[in-house]
Amino acid sequence: MTRSDPVRLYRTVRLIRRFEERAIELVRSGAIVGGIHPYLGQEGIAAGVCAALRADDLVTGTHRGHGHVLAKGADPARMLAELLGRVTGLNRGRGGSMHAADLGVGVLGANAIVGAAGAILTGAVWARRRRGDDVVGATFFGDGAVNEGMLLEAFNLAALWRVPVLFVCENNGYATTMPVDGAVAGTIGGRAEAFGMPAAVVDGQDPETVREVTAAAVDRMRAGGGPELIEARTYRFDAHHTFEHAVRLDYRAPEEVARGRSRDPVEIQGGRLGDADRAAVDAEVESVLAAAVEFALASPEPDPAGALEHLYASGLVARTGGG
Amino acid sequence: MPRLSYRKALTRALADEMARDESVFLLGEDIRVAASNVTAGLLKKFGPERVLDTPLSEQAFTSFATGAALAGLRPVVEFQIPSLLFLVFEQIVNHAHKFPLMTGGQCAVPVTYLVPGSGSRTGWAGQHSDHPYSLFAHVGVTTLVPATPADAYGLLVSAIRHVDPVVLFAPAGAMDVRADVDFAALAPVPIGKGRVHRPGADVTVVAVGHLVHDALAVADELAGQVSVEVFDPRTLYPFDWDGLTESVARTGRLVVVDDSNRSCGIAGEIIATVVERVRLLAPPRRVTRPDGAVLPFAPALDRAVQPGREQLTAAIQLTMKDG
Repeated sequence: MTRSDPVRLYRTVRLIRRFEERAIELVRSGAIVGGIHPYLGQEGIAAGVCAALRADDLVTGTHRGHGHVLAKGADPARMLAELLGRVTGLNRGRGGSMHAADLGVGVLGANAIVGAAGAILTGAVWARRRRGDDVVGATFFGDGAVNEGMLLEAFNLAALWRVPVLFVCENNGYATTMPVDGAVAGTIGGRAEAFGMPAAVVDGQDPETVREVTAAAVDRMRAGGGPELIEARTYRFDAHHTFEHAVRLDYRAPEEVARGRSRDPVEIQGGRLGDADRAAVDAEVESVLAAAVEFALASPEPDPAGALEHLYASGLVARTGGG
Repeated sequence: MPRLSYRKALTRALADEMARDESVFLLGEDIRVAASNVTAGLLKKFGPERVLDTPLSEQAFTSFATGAALAGLRPVVEFQIPSLLFLVFEQIVNHAHKFPLMTGGQCAVPVTYLVPGSGSRTGWAGQHSDHPYSLFAHVGVTTLVPATPADAYGLLVSAIRHVDPVVLFAPAGAMDVRADVDFAALAPVPIGKGRVHRPGADVTVVAVGHLVHDALAVADELAGQVSVEVFDPRTLYPFDWDGLTESVARTGRLVVVDDSNRSCGIAGEIIATVVERVRLLAPPRRVTRPDGAVLPFAPALDRAVQPGREQLTAAIQLTMKDG
């Protein structure tokens, strides 16, 4: 089992927190177009899960995916450059916030279609294990995804073929504005249990708890066990999407938001560090992000003449659209 | 010379590629017993690890194949029913096809989708008789529709070796075609290269898939009155525009016979591209299924909706009369 490393875990939640805050500033300044889905408040889940994985394990993220990509080890500077659509970005400016991917660190992509990535990750882990690699996978999805048929099909395939995939449901209480109670019949864990998968509910605000529960599941899976599900209860501190900063949507009472924000994964994990350690991490994260912002803003924009580069791995050049 | 059926040519291509390349495996519904007869004998030869029967979860196993391809394997997914492609259009288009561009060239998704018995199998009615190849050409997925046993073999081999996703439609109307074939001469057929089956001087007939055989029969019937050149594109996307342009530049007339619905079917694209490139002697014509067609059950109604030889003959004669 991976050992606890409180400083490193704190660094990950802090990095994601400050990355998101810097990204929101860049949305406001107009440097990031299209906005983002902030991961603020949910940092403990990506950080805790990825702390229990090996470098060669595989993950998939969601439209709210910056945390997953960063926690698995992607370079924050190239991640930020991707959000700005620059050629130095992880995806050379072709993916953006919702499709950031870094296959080199085992991130098969944030995926903007809710519930779609589970089956993709199941196939990838199955293929790697067929080659003799003892990797496992973790696929993140929100509470909205548990009503997508293709995710439930993926539960069945993974369980049937005993593919070691950890299905990580980040239950932040809302699918955009739809509350869980208005959308989910039965329970989230009950869906997993129906396919013979163990399911656990964990406190998603505590990075250490998420790491511990994940590490135990990963040990079972790596030793030959089948897939498992964890439902990490969490709260989204900010908007569904930054467009809400301009258009106020009335679906969460201020008291509820205040209550949700009172359990902050950065504070919970930070409280486990001495003041000096914490200050050192904070300063290091600030300098990493300052350099990332500088790198991203200074990076060149892609050449429109190459807009459809990489459309085909074969190198096929598509016909142009002009007359 | 030995006879080879179209169906057996597909089986032979699968067996040859599985023997040649360990990373090739098959998945689909009822493929171990070979309900479509295309995978006959492959379970015995290659074992259950490489011939996977799936549950009826088309969306999950299509994306499972995407994941396996991302991890370095070359899956071949069989669909017994062409209309199932509507169910997995999302998985193919939104994920498998888009991943190379969205990741900025970090990955390839070499999956083959094999559709034996596409189009009408008289009596299978509305939900089992579609021929949706134009949809895949529209979104830019490599789309193959071989007409002959040698091309079925050669294009399936090329599809499996190709680095991008490929849909191969094996029309029901061609599955029982047999031809004299020199087995030693069976070889990969290049993707994107058409073939002139019969040279002619007066009109180029572009025929798709099984309709090549109807076009050849019509050309025979009209011999003496009209010299018909029969052009078989074999690949609908990427289309062999140079090969077709060369043909029409000689004949000056164009008729297309295509088993798509009329609006936005491949026939419309073929005509549009040719008239952008060549000054024709007479207005071009197309013979297709009607707009928005749903195949009715009764055999006479089913046939009435499909493009037929009489309609093709009439279209050729009108084109000759017009100029």
